[in-house]
Amino acid sequence: MLPDRPITPTTLSVKDLPWQIHWDKDKCTLCGRCTAVCPVHAIEPAVFRKRMFNASLTPGQAPTNVHQVYHGIRQRTDPAYACVGCASCTLVCPNDAIMPMRSDESDKLRYHINRGGQPRSRGGRRNAPGGILDQIKFIRISMLTDPALDAGRHEFELRTLLGRVLPPEENMRRFREKGWIPPVREIYPLIIGGMSFGALSPNMWEGLQLGVTYLNEELGLPVRICTGEGGCPPRLLRSRFLQYVILQIASGYFGWDEIIHALPEMEVDPCAIEIKYGQGAKPGDGGLLMWYKVNKLIAAIRGVPEGVSLPSPPTHQTKYSIEEAVAKMIQSMSMAWGFRVPVYPKISGTSTALAVLNNLTRNPYAAGLAIDGEDGGTGAAYNVSMNHMGHPIASNLRDAYLTLVKVGKQNEIPLFAGGGVGKNGNLAANAAALIMLGASGVQIGKYVMQAAAGCLGSENDRCNICNIGLCPKGITSQDPRLYRRLDVDMVAQRVVDLFLSFDVELKKIVAPLGRSTALPIGMSDALGIGDAAAAERLNIKYVV
Amino acid sequence: MCRLFAITSETPLSPMVAMEAMDVMREGHDGSGVGLFLRDLSGPFEEMKDAPILSGIFSEAGIKRLDRHMMDLGFMTKYRISIKVPKVPPEGTPRRDLYLIRAYEYPEEWDILSQADKEDRLVQIRLELRRMGEAEEDMIVFSFWPDVIMIKEIGDPMTIARYLGFDRKELHARIIMAQGRQNTNYAINLYACHPFFLQGFASMTNGENTAFVPIREYLSSRGVQGYGGYQSDSEVFTHILHYTVRRLGLTVETYKHVITPLQDRTIEGHPDGAFLKQLKHSCRRLTIDGPNCVIGCLPDHTLFMVQDRKKLRPGVVGGKPGRWAFSSEICGLDAAIPDRDKSRDFQPMHLDTTIVAPDRQEIDICSQTAPLHQPR
Ligand code: SF4
Ligand code: SF4
Repeated sequence: MLPDRPITPTTLSVKDLPWQIHWDKDKCTLCGRCTAVCPVHAIEPAVFRKRMFNASLTPGQAPTNVHQVYHGIRQRTDPAYACVGCASCTLVCPNDAIMPMRSDESDKLRYHINRGGQPRSRGGRRNAPGGILDQIKFIRISMLTDPALDAGRHEFELRTLLGRVLPPEENMRRFREKGWIPPVREIYPLIIGGMSFGALSPNMWEGLQLGVTYLNEELGLPVRICTGEGGCPPRLLRSRFLQYVILQIASGYFGWDEIIHALPEMEVDPCAIEIKYGQGAKPGDGGLLMWYKVNKLIAAIRGVPEGVSLPSPPTHQTKYSIEEAVAKMIQSMSMAWGFRVPVYPKISGTSTALAVLNNLTRNPYAAGLAIDGEDGGTGAAYNVSMNHMGHPIASNLRDAYLTLVKVGKQNEIPLFAGGGVGKNGNLAANAAALIMLGASGVQIGKYVMQAAAGCLGSENDRCNICNIGLCPKGITSQDPRLYRRLDVDMVAQRVVDLFLSFDVELKKIVAPLGRSTALPIGMSDALGIGDAAAAERLNIKYVV
Repeated sequence: MCRLFAITSETPLSPMVAMEAMDVMREGHDGSGVGLFLRDLSGPFEEMKDAPILSGIFSEAGIKRLDRHMMDLGFMTKYRISIKVPKVPPEGTPRRDLYLIRAYEYPEEWDILSQADKEDRLVQIRLELRRMGEAEEDMIVFSFWPDVIMIKEIGDPMTIARYLGFDRKELHARIIMAQGRQNTNYAINLYACHPFFLQGFASMTNGENTAFVPIREYLSSRGVQGYGGYQSDSEVFTHILHYTVRRLGLTVETYKHVITPLQDRTIEGHPDGAFLKQLKHSCRRLTIDGPNCVIGCLPDHTLFMVQDRKKLRPGVVGGKPGRWAFSSEICGLDAAIPDRDKSRDFQPMHLDTTIVAPDRQEIDICSQTAPLHQPR
């Protein structure tokens, strides 16, 4: 820009952007791979002008001057093309000549990504690193009076129940009298939470399903995966693999036409039905699949036209009141499968979660409650929803559990917690903490994307372009040129790796606590935290 | 680690038998306390099998308050054992005013009550007394039940036995359960001492229940009177036993399935798999964990022993028709029943429940993988 050029309010320099591209002229071979790969066209080939000054050491000789050009990479500063820090350019550069670097101060871009009056929307997660779960420690170590167990050699029963469990007296009576006993699934406590076919690429979806199947059929680990709101491929609906799948129904009912039609042809029942009322990443907002991603296949599965954005309403159409919504939906879903399939709602973390829970305790068909905390991820949402809406999972879950304890129903309605579990990589520790706070199991999404497919997203606003179908890793894209980057079998392999290592770590946590016969749900005496207020709030020990 | 000893015998025995067994196992306990449970009593109590007996420790003020309270409720003393103790207690044992064992006559109004009502009221009265005692620190109440005596005190078992005169004739009984404590909490609360008792069900445990907190929460939320206290993590074993037999109407062999259920894949192949699966699901919060050897006694005088899922504590059963003993160690058994066929001694493993029925003729061993006897 020349000094006398007019500037606009949105004229930014590279320094004002959150990510700055460092490019090394000496290493660059001008192969063009980086500019080709950049998902947001943040860099472009450019011609630079250069002046060479030659001053001779020979006395009396006059210095000379040459003007040259050289070719290289220039970073664009238009907000629409701001670098997202994905480092795909680094990945493809044969010479390590290019790398995005985070700005040393907070960017100015954030004030300008609302052109046309459109606030920023994106994929990913809340831009807030840290969190309470990582601060929780396991303090009740078995010493002397009871031997710590051997995580490697002892037998462990680390399963959980998904489904409405009857009180023992009632259960025994119905068993004797051959009455209806609500369906209950014995499953692994780490569940792959709802990520839809559509939000995820076909390769990612298939890889996850394949990994889950392998875990179940070859390794005997009853891992379950939820479809999210996007339906389910017809062949999967008619296969035995459906038993590993939790079908999600949400306010857009996408894909349910297909599911209902497949009902008579289903070989097995699905594991469960999850009714999504809310999502931690964008509480009170419906699902959103932006038009970029609605191609022919997605449109067919969801039963919608191609190329249109698919915003689900924030609420279910049947929802006049929560009681009614829950009763109606749970009942009709239960009925569709002859009362053989557990049906439970999923809500976003909220200070009103207890009201929902209290309603569920009175509904004999409610099979559980999943709560998704503020740190949950999403394929697309408004930035403001992601960053500022929602309730942290730990206290929400704890309150819900203690409420159940008060009414004596802690074994009857299993609670599942999600939203930021393993956000800093400590999956087993976070999951175990939530279980000991009262969760029957935990749901993960982002962690699977990171561990099984190499998602680059972070709590520092890296990448996060899942919404526009340009995922550089092919995880959340519907463009075959992008998703073919993801090898289905390798995703499956990583899913297996992740679950097996989680299993070992979980044992490494529960064994020293002297637990092995049952999952330590609600074993809050094992937990401690070095924050007195948090300890009091969560009703666990304050330790320093 | 504590030491346990229990014996069931056709002919009444002195509690000293148990104390001697405890004494030979002394390496295993630190002499920090002893608990004694006597049932199927002989001597004077033989004639009053139905009369509820109150066992506890009272101060002078406490006894006055007790008398007033019981009088108000309409209970008349029928018989009492006065334990006169030497002026100076053994070292480490607190000086107490009165160890009370007193049988009562029911109030007349109780005649019309059903057995179940009577039993509930007895628990209610014991809990009331306990609360009163805790408020003023003048009474400690162990049991209030027909044909049952309990004594607990701090100190070395043998020394306490001599101090309190356990060899006296009135204390002879056909079922004796005793525990020698290895103290793990410095200030000893007698309510934390085994055996524990509720409505005819008694149990004592050698171990550590690592699932204590969720179990306590679950039992406390059952709305059953008496599911409380929990000064010790082992008290839940008694209440789970009560819950299994009394509330769920199941047998003692099913108790093992409640506290340490089989793994899912074993249940699938079990002849009673469908039932066991339901039991495991609905009683999930009663699953215990950690090392535990439990010895328990049912209202019908059945005595049994079960081990935790990994069998991390010692326990052996042996004897002869008419007399069987359950002991932490074989030397305890040797001391109590030396003339038994030792080759038939049995050490229950992780799947076993060892039961001696009220007829005391044999040891019944139930394995968890075997079909259940119970008609369901
Ligand atoms: S880091 Fe990603 S967005 Fe930035 S220039 Fe490189 S490829 Fe483009
Ligand atoms: S790598 Fe893909 S899935 Fe991960 S944040 Fe980027 S766009 Fe989203």
